[in-house]
Amino acid sequence: MIRTVDLVKSFGENEVLKGINTEFYAGKPNLIIGLSGAGKTVLLKLLIGLFEPTSGSVFYGDTDIFDLNAKQLRAIRMNVGMLFQGNALFDSMTVGENIRFPMDMFTRKTAKEKLMRVDECLEMVNLDGVNDRFPSEVSGGMQKRVGIARALVLEPDYFFCDEPNSGLDPQTSILVDELICDLTNTHNITTVINTHDMNSVMGIGDNILLLKNGQVSWRGDKSQVLESDNETLEDFIFASPFLRRLREDALKLRHLDD
Amino acid sequence: MFLVSFFDHLGQYFLLLKSAVAKPERFSMYYKETVRQMDAIGVGSLFIVLLISVFIGMVTAVQFADQLGDSFIPSYYIGYIVRDITIIEMAPTITCLVLAGKVGSNLAAEIGGMRQKEHIDAMEIMGVNTAAYLIMPKIIAAVIMIPLLVAVSAFVSIIGGYLATVLPGSLSHTEYVLGLRSFFEPSYVRIMFVKACVFAFLLTSISCYYGYYVKGGSIELGEASTSAVVVSNVLILLFDFIIALLLT
Repeated sequence: MIRTVDLVKSFGENEVLKGINTEFYAGKPNLIIGLSGAGKTVLLKLLIGLFEPTSGSVFYGDTDIFDLNAKQLRAIRMNVGMLFQGNALFDSMTVGENIRFPMDMFTRKTAKEKLMRVDECLEMVNLDGVNDRFPSEVSGGMQKRVGIARALVLEPDYFFCDEPNSGLDPQTSILVDELICDLTNTHNITTVINTHDMNSVMGIGDNILLLKNGQVSWRGDKSQVLESDNETLEDFIFASPFLRRLREDALKLRHLDD
Repeated sequence: MFLVSFFDHLGQYFLLLKSAVAKPERFSMYYKETVRQMDAIGVGSLFIVLLISVFIGMVTAVQFADQLGDSFIPSYYIGYIVRDITIIEMAPTITCLVLAGKVGSNLAAEIGGMRQKEHIDAMEIMGVNTAAYLIMPKIIAAVIMIPLLVAVSAFVSIIGGYLATVLPGSLSHTEYVLGLRSFFEPSYVRIMFVKACVFAFLLTSISCYYGYYVKGGSIELGEASTSAVVVSNVLILLFDFIIALLLT
């Protein structure tokens, strides 16, 4: 579990996060949503320790990561995987080498063991026969899956995803969401997903945190979204007139059922 | 304002170097990266070094021959001057100025590109000491390979001088070789290698620094690359003067 306590982050005069108190649970996808500029990416970078907070704490279990020195923080990070918005796959390495990189750096496995683990990870993300291809030679959806495989190759307890659906078509997007959700449940990982995607919210949102102007505006799960009267949430999820109408119809049906 | 910016950069540069000097997470990975960089910096720069060196030698010999004219100075001095000026100054300084442009801009762009594509963040999150993994192998590779390139440059420049004077007949083979063998001062070779090592360290560490801290997009990356080359060149010339003061 990850817990934040009174987390504040300012850039000069601009206070981007204004005291975030929240928890992210193991074994279910935790979603951070909000409009552009709400502070989602800053919160994610604080959770990973890429930014120092102005004040407040981030606890991994009982350890405040901002009390650690650089070496201790690196040790914690070896237990963290991250899927970047742009995948951040190393262009000069093949898919197999990308996935193997964390093992090359931190484990004493033999070449054969590493190869087996790479194959295992590729199978886990439903990819086959792409070991020797370069990232530029596979599709955007495949790159996402390679990114997931690399992030999970060392079997981390914490998994962060920054906009995992960006640049993907709706079907691939749903596949990636389902994959992340399955892996989170199966391996009991604490997964934090930063997303704009309404399908993700309604599909895998077991713990949703809505940010507005650097504060938590709403918190709940996908089953509570439909009936929430939070205006920001309504504006975010049901942004188009079509979706608003769908929501009204769904609510009417629910009332009829009751 | 300039002073504040200068000390800000200087402090950040030394902090980066401090982070870069760390025990490798996996020695074999650092070794592989160092060998890759040795190939890129050394073998990758050999052709340009050979090309500029032969011209440096030719120009030095031709201009000195012209200045000697019909003076009382023996013509075999051409070989002697080409040798010394090449070893002390031309080979280390000109080669490293050219390498600051070729290797320096390449390193700044490579590391800056990794920063922009979040590769550095990805490595950091894996727990890799990116300052050490991305910078130290490049510095070690440069400090090994650039002195070798400088030695090759000195040798080729002397051949260039030979080609430019002996082939057209303005000097005989015997005279040029006699000049090369006259008044040889072994300590000049030491100075050449000291300069080469210092310049190699400067041009790689400064270029890596500008790449590592790049912010923004492609325009900023271009600016970082340019700054890396300009600052490296200025510091190479400054340290050229300092080393000349200290060692001659």
